[in-house]
Amino acid sequence: MKKISEISEKIIQGDIRAIARGISLVENGGEEGEELLKNLYVEGRSYILGITGPPGAGKSSLINLLIDKFKEHFNKVAVLAIDPSSPFTGGAILGDRIRMQTHTGDPNVYIRSMASRGHLGGIAGATKDAIKVVSAGGYDLVIVETVGVGQSEIDVVKLADTTVLVLVPGLGDEIQAMKSGIMEIGDLFVINKSDKPESEKLATTVRWIVDEHYKDSEYKPPIIPTSVYKNEGIGDAVRDIIKHKEYIYRTGIHTNKIKLRIKDDINSLLERKLNDFIQKHIKYPEKIEKWVEQVYRGESTPFEIIKSIHENLIIDVKEEI
Amino acid sequence: MKKKIRILIAKPGLDGHDRGAKFIARALRDAGMEVIYTGIRQTPESIADTAIQEDVDFVGLSLLSGAHNVLFPKVVEELREKGAEDIVVFGGGVIPEDDIPFLKKKGVQAVFTPGTSIKDVVDFINKKMNEKN
Repeated sequence: MKKISEISEKIIQGDIRAIARGISLVENGGEEGEELLKNLYVEGRSYILGITGPPGAGKSSLINLLIDKFKEHFNKVAVLAIDPSSPFTGGAILGDRIRMQTHTGDPNVYIRSMASRGHLGGIAGATKDAIKVVSAGGYDLVIVETVGVGQSEIDVVKLADTTVLVLVPGLGDEIQAMKSGIMEIGDLFVINKSDKPESEKLATTVRWIVDEHYKDSEYKPPIIPTSVYKNEGIGDAVRDIIKHKEYIYRTGIHTNKIKLRIKDDINSLLERKLNDFIQKHIKYPEKIEKWVEQVYRGESTPFEIIKSIHENLIIDVKEEI
Repeated sequence: MKKKIRILIAKPGLDGHDRGAKFIARALRDAGMEVIYTGIRQTPESIADTAIQEDVDFVGLSLLSGAHNVLFPKVVEELREKGAEDIVVFGGGVIPEDDIPFLKKKGVQAVFTPGTSIKDVVDFINKKMNEKN
């Protein structure tokens, strides 16, 4: 394995092989991934577009067409397409790319498939780190395609500047659309497969829900009918996405999003480091089995064990923190 | 976390028979690997570009048209030109025994013909993976 500093350098120069390797490193976690992120840390440099929706809604095919239009607005486009890992074997079929293969070979488009690896929120645990890698590599637009989602997998909202919810007719009545969760997160609603007759009814339902939800808001999510099959509505989608981008940049919403992400980065790093520190000091690996036995035999409870650790754990905190 | 094995299953050329490629993709998924599947009618250039963008450890090529002597070595060459000669290329499909030595000489590291058990393919991948590390 090449030295991490060398890989970081090449990523910054936009070297595809290094970017690809860098994403694998952050996906695999561990010290090398952390070292790389330490060298590359960026936040807010790229515009991040999240595309989410149920399986088979046409997310990948839609992105394939969006890329062409986005090239008028951005220099380099990266797509991170997430598909689920098997909960049993950890294996995955990553098949989003098949819809976007026409862009392979374009030096300004980078497409990467990611397996969710047990993360349940519709993205992979390493997606936010992968965004940092492509962002450092000079991609000014990063499109994140979630796994096919149901009602509550909404993690993409935390890392995207703009979230597009792609819906298709035929998945349920208006009660489904009234439920909490996924229907609340769209900055734009795309009604794909609009060549199908039932799609107008879906658009009307979504319009009713959105109007109600956003009645006192300055921004109202647009509802855009598209047909990937007939290549219709793609330009409208791009226009409205760019409008939303301008809106969040103008109003300071974008700044807030970035600060929240930075806070999230600090929190998760702090949590991990503290956890590592504590585990090391309480000799966790050699004691955990003993604790399990004690609780199993009814001699103790998890609460008593943690209480005794807590009382015995003395951490020197220097005042200048 | 242990490094996941990533593998690209691709069909070069004009042959549209993808049952075998899909079968092997599913079998490797069930063996715990992350399998990128790009479908039929891929050029050697796009296969090599995909392999690099996806940072795969292996490229598995499936072909039933008879053009393997041209297309398989072309994928190896493309990877080499792009500085990715460490990615292991193997192939499968209707390939006459007589062609196998030629393909191996050209850098295709294994060729699996009809009737191969999936275990042989998985064993090959694991063995190569150990050699790499």
